[in-house]
Amino acid sequence: MNLKELSNRKARFTGGHTLCPGCGEGIIVRAVLQAINQQVVVGCATSCLEVSTSKFPQTSWKCSFIHNAFENVSATMSGVETAYRVLKRKNKIKDDIKFVAFAGDGGLCDIGLQSFSGALERGHNVLFICLDNEAYQNTGIQRSSATPYGAWTSTTQIGEKHKGKEQFKKDIVKIAVAHEIPYVAQASPSNYLDLVKKVSTAVSINGPSFINILSPCVPGWRYLQMESIHVCRRAVDSCFWPLYEVFVENGVEKWKLNYDPKDKKEPVINFLRMQGRFKHLWNDNKDIVDKIQANIDRKWEELKKRCSV
Amino acid sequence: MQNLKKWKELEDAGNILDKGNNEENDVSGWRSFRPIHIREKCIDCMICWSVCPDNAVISGDGKFIKFDYTKCKGCLICLNECPVNAIRSEKEK
Ligand SMILES: Cc1ncc(C[n+]2csc(CCOP(=O)(O)OP(=O)(O)O)c2C)c(N)n1
Ligand code: SF4
Ligand code: SF4
Ligand code: SF4
Ligand SMILES: [Mg+2]
Repeated sequence: MNLKELSNRKARFTGGHTLCPGCGEGIIVRAVLQAINQQVVVGCATSCLEVSTSKFPQTSWKCSFIHNAFENVSATMSGVETAYRVLKRKNKIKDDIKFVAFAGDGGLCDIGLQSFSGALERGHNVLFICLDNEAYQNTGIQRSSATPYGAWTSTTQIGEKHKGKEQFKKDIVKIAVAHEIPYVAQASPSNYLDLVKKVSTAVSINGPSFINILSPCVPGWRYLQMESIHVCRRAVDSCFWPLYEVFVENGVEKWKLNYDPKDKKEPVINFLRMQGRFKHLWNDNKDIVDKIQANIDRKWEELKKRCSV
Repeated sequence: MQNLKKWKELEDAGNILDKGNNEENDVSGWRSFRPIHIREKCIDCMICWSVCPDNAVISGDGKFIKFDYTKCKGCLICLNECPVNAIRSEKEK
């Protein structure tokens, strides 16, 4: 699959929505739908994506789209997929239909974690996608369990005593893998064809799949809007956001690293320096930067070991 | 914005049956800078098409055709990602 072929496919997500200029969610959703290229039913948890693309009575979606509350997109899509399976068995539906559930990091890692976990455990044939912009962006940049260590958010302020979030990011990929579902991956829009390939792999596999995608947010991360892809590149090249896949067959995990910057691995400060949410770390608070770097290095070595690199 | 229905005329469950009707919207007022395509330099790699959040790059037959200025919000990611500088920008008046 290359970009020319992808661009020849019919678009099922239109412009004219109200996502901010430069929003990563628009880029990612377009990529996901182009990659699937067959009948699809999309569900979306309340989030920027939901609010900005399906503002009644208007919609950016040309495929079926189901609005959900903040916490229950996985439950809804479980029900929809189950109904489909029954109707298919009774020969009332002939077509092959794919199911995708989008949720933000708040909607998937926090309030929607139990509906997500339940859906994975029951084995629904749904692709779950987390659009991880590392905070509750839609309601004004509140911290989530996916907000990284040291980041400013409206609920993790910078002052004398506190310097941004004081906990590391929840490892949602490992949580998904622990359910022993057939396919889990992490992707970034900066590595576009890798992302497209992961989506095609996910929908070709029978059973639940999960892709965790980094979704740059201009007002939440505070960078220049033209840098949305560039900031993700810094995340990937610093191994803050490694690209990998985990296949599980008969309970055996197979980890695969998709990109290794090797001796071009960048220090995390290059990623932090692009974003105003880390402004307090650009020149000061070196102990926090060191702590972030040490955490990345430890996780990166661990990941390479799992992938036998 | 299309004519709004009265609440009694709405479809059940708040359904929107007019799929993709955001396509009618003009968001050009969001834009401070306008991307401009330079045909002579373009190699039709379609990177700009892929990175646009607003579906504002119109392609055909695997080639860049034009910007849809009713959808472009002027983020200039396309300009920043174009590998051969075939996009320049101009300030909107
Ligand atoms: C039960 C409930 N609590 C709070 C809200 C308000 N709310 C709507 S979207 C949102 C944050 C969404 O964050 P996330 O899932 O990370 O998506 P993002 O907007 O960042 O893409 C919140 C708190 C809600 N809709 N429902
Ligand atoms: S606040 Fe962030 S995630 Fe939400 S629409 Fe704007 S750029 Fe996108
Ligand atoms: S990114 Fe540049 S070279 Fe590639 S299609 Fe767009 S304008 Fe042409
Ligand atoms: S400036 Fe932004 S919205 Fe306009 S065409 Fe380029 S990427 Fe799309
Ligand atoms: Mg979020």
